[in-house]
Amino acid sequence: MTQPSVFRANAIDTTAMALAIRRHAVDMTHLGKSSHVGSVLSLADILAVLYGDIMRLNPAEPRWIDRDRFILSKGHAGAGVYAALAERGFLPREQLKTHYQNGSKLSGHVSHKGVPGVEFSTGSLGHGLGVGAGMALAAKRAGRANRVFVVLSDGECDEGSNWEAIMFAAHHKLDNLIVAVDYNKIQSLDSVANTLALEPFADKWRAFGWHVAEVDGHDHTALSTALAVESGERGRPSVVICHTTKGKGVSFMENAVLWHYRTPQGEEYAAACTELGRATGEGENA
Amino acid sequence: MRDAFVAELSEIAAVDPSVMLITGDLGFGVLTDFADRFPDQFINAGVAEQNMTGLAAGLALEGHKVFTYSIANFTTLRCLEQLRNDVCYHDADVTAVAVGGGFSYGQLGMSHFATEDLAILRALPGMTVVAPSDAWETRLLTRQMVARPGPKYLRLDKGRANLPVDDDDVTLGKVRKVRDGNDVTLVTIGAILSEALKAAAKLESEGINARILSVHTLKPLDAAPLVAAAQETGAIVTIEEHNVVGGLGGAVAELLLSEGAMPAGWRTVGLADCYPTIVGDQDYLRAAYGMDSAAIEAAARAVLAR
Repeated sequence: MTQPSVFRANAIDTTAMALAIRRHAVDMTHLGKSSHVGSVLSLADILAVLYGDIMRLNPAEPRWIDRDRFILSKGHAGAGVYAALAERGFLPREQLKTHYQNGSKLSGHVSHKGVPGVEFSTGSLGHGLGVGAGMALAAKRAGRANRVFVVLSDGECDEGSNWEAIMFAAHHKLDNLIVAVDYNKIQSLDSVANTLALEPFADKWRAFGWHVAEVDGHDHTALSTALAVESGERGRPSVVICHTTKGKGVSFMENAVLWHYRTPQGEEYAAACTELGRATGEGENA
Repeated sequence: MRDAFVAELSEIAAVDPSVMLITGDLGFGVLTDFADRFPDQFINAGVAEQNMTGLAAGLALEGHKVFTYSIANFTTLRCLEQLRNDVCYHDADVTAVAVGGGFSYGQLGMSHFATEDLAILRALPGMTVVAPSDAWETRLLTRQMVARPGPKYLRLDKGRANLPVDDDDVTLGKVRKVRDGNDVTLVTIGAILSEALKAAAKLESEGINARILSVHTLKPLDAAPLVAAAQETGAIVTIEEHNVVGGLGGAVAELLLSEGAMPAGWRTVGLADCYPTIVGDQDYLRAAYGMDSAAIEAAARAVLAR
């Protein structure tokens, strides 16, 4: 088996990487006049810790057989994955400006076609976990130590297909399957609590046979500790319920249903840039 | 056909460890031997077809050749979006196997009738769509499907045409000419070929020589024999145990119009865009819903009387 630690990027400053992802997200949704900036800001720290610390990846060889697999099941936050991949050198940062534009490969919902580093395309909710379970099972059967990380949204847990996969993964003891739930408590039209209540959420996972951790999804030390799970370590799959703030990092976007769909333009774009510590129009390379 | 499929897949699995069979908790007695012989290549995913298909995609993307198995619409329509997004968009080597094409489970009611599957599955880009007419043909096509990468659909029928084995005449993607004739062409898919054979014998006694083309591979569709049939016989009747919308008739009509070869005479025999509300065995329902040999004979006479 290839020695994976050389590809672990633990020299990366994940705080800086999370800030870069947030800046990219605001720029991409501004340039593309697109939605879901709140979802990406919610997820930025989880992505930074996974792509900057936890996952074993090789940007020079995106299909390296022993890489950790990553599936963003909440595909609408795909801009965050593209940004993380750009920060890790899988694609040029300049390419992020094409997101949402005519002829671009960087679709609003994450797509693998022609984008190195994207493991799996999503967009319709409730697809990623079953596929991730298949990848985890394949790794087990092949005797590989790689892990499969799947990020779900909270609203996405309304989809019954997730619970099929949750049962399957526990039954088959897929301890190389690690889920992070971006639990920002807000879904498309309203709060999660007012839509289809998930609570007692952690208990549901426990009852299905999973190892459960709950963390502040913006605390990198806590995220890193909770997500650092090795294949064969626990004998059962793991979920990290990440308590997050939708729109995190831009005050007027935080905890606002509006910013699931609203695109940052004009003064709002300028204000968002200022809050993220740079001048308007400085570009995503700030 | 079901037993033939499992027997052939067992032979292949014995020498190809990448082959995996996943069932959605169906196949009592049928899959037992496979499960016992190849425990590492068999999964019962439970009654959870969306997850079964997602799993299959995940396994396939890691190098496995995966077969999902259930009856009627459970490997197809129940998890159609998983087939579309997870399997087809990712060019994953997954074959959805449906046992019980058309009215195979005729007594079980409409939930268990697969009568829109061909139309829906062939609309998915990259999907190969196969419906054999005999058990021996199923074995040959199963082996050829394993060798063809990418998304595939295999529709298995309870009935069978009962034609003699002809190993050399079955090629995935090719139409089989099973009867020669120059007055009219009967184009069939699946085991309902048996009704076309009966109809052709009857028509012959009336002096009408019917050609029969068996389309075991609906997609990709083999153009040349269909175009030749249209030009040489001038009359085509398509026959399918399936809705007349979008299936064999639709595919052949699209092809012939595109090729500028639409025949003067044209009829589609199949389910008349409805849900059956009565039950019965396969033969009974074919007669009740106008796709038995008598209905085929009538359609042939009608195109010739134009």
